[in-house]
Amino acid sequence: MKFAVVVFPGSNCDRDMYHAVKDSLGAEADLVWYQEANLADYDAVLLPGGFSYGDYLRSGAMASTSPVIKQIREAAEAGKPVLGVCNGFQILLEMGLLPGAMLPNEHLKFMCHYETLTVENADTLFTTHYESKEKIRIPIAHGDGNYYCDEATYQQLRDNNQIVFTYDNNPNGSVGDIAGITNDKGNVLGMMPHPERAVEALLGHDDGLRLFQSILTHWREHYAINA
Amino acid sequence: MRKVKIYITLKEGVLDPQGKAVQNSLQSLQYNNVQDVRVGKYMEVLLEESENLDEQINRMCDQLLANPVIEDYSYTIEEAG
Repeated sequence: MKFAVVVFPGSNCDRDMYHAVKDSLGAEADLVWYQEANLADYDAVLLPGGFSYGDYLRSGAMASTSPVIKQIREAAEAGKPVLGVCNGFQILLEMGLLPGAMLPNEHLKFMCHYETLTVENADTLFTTHYESKEKIRIPIAHGDGNYYCDEATYQQLRDNNQIVFTYDNNPNGSVGDIAGITNDKGNVLGMMPHPERAVEALLGHDDGLRLFQSILTHWREHYAINA
Repeated sequence: MRKVKIYITLKEGVLDPQGKAVQNSLQSLQYNNVQDVRVGKYMEVLLEESENLDEQINRMCDQLLANPVIEDYSYTIEEAG
């Protein structure tokens, strides 16, 4: 299985993401520059955290109009796993692949620490290696992580089981304690916490690794039966 | 040439943590009659004349300049030297 880590000007968690899938997971992976990316060659697309285009206008807004976005949309439509973490989540919201928007954190502080999350949906292709309602420790690092959507959208997210992770102690003011959501089909996940920063027990926690293992398991079961 | 002045504001009902912080600071400067502050964005876009200017500006706002999930926009068009 081959992962693409899309690098935008201002991405800064791209190497952590690459390390997570390449070294910790042991899959194939490439860092691909947003202007040269050919995502058709890959089985999954990872949008890393950072500050693409310096967060100008709104976090993720400028990246969401760059040419590679069309390819990300095609990958999502083809059913490939697309994971956006932090700024990657903001880009998925700005391009409309996921519903809602990000506001500045309730208390206006940039926060960088571990949070306890509850796995609300362990049936997505990103979460089969977790137990339903399992508590996991994953670090956050963001200033604009206050997830907002209107009441009708929130209800829809709940009804379709699109809320995948919630915060136990909501750090930023997000609607419904939301830390991560998928699209309707379940193959696009956006989350503010950084699973790629929690993949080595030696460095604190490895709860994030199982997210990448889930993606790999899904791929093996669906696309590589004979491999 | 036309100068388009675009005002982007948070939708009513969307919390504005930045506005709240500015409001608190104004109040700590003893402006005790301040009831609420909402922070928005202002942009000036210089454009060549075109027939469907309004349609174009609306598209620009919907596609990039404003996020329709959380923001409203309005604009005025002026003659520019």
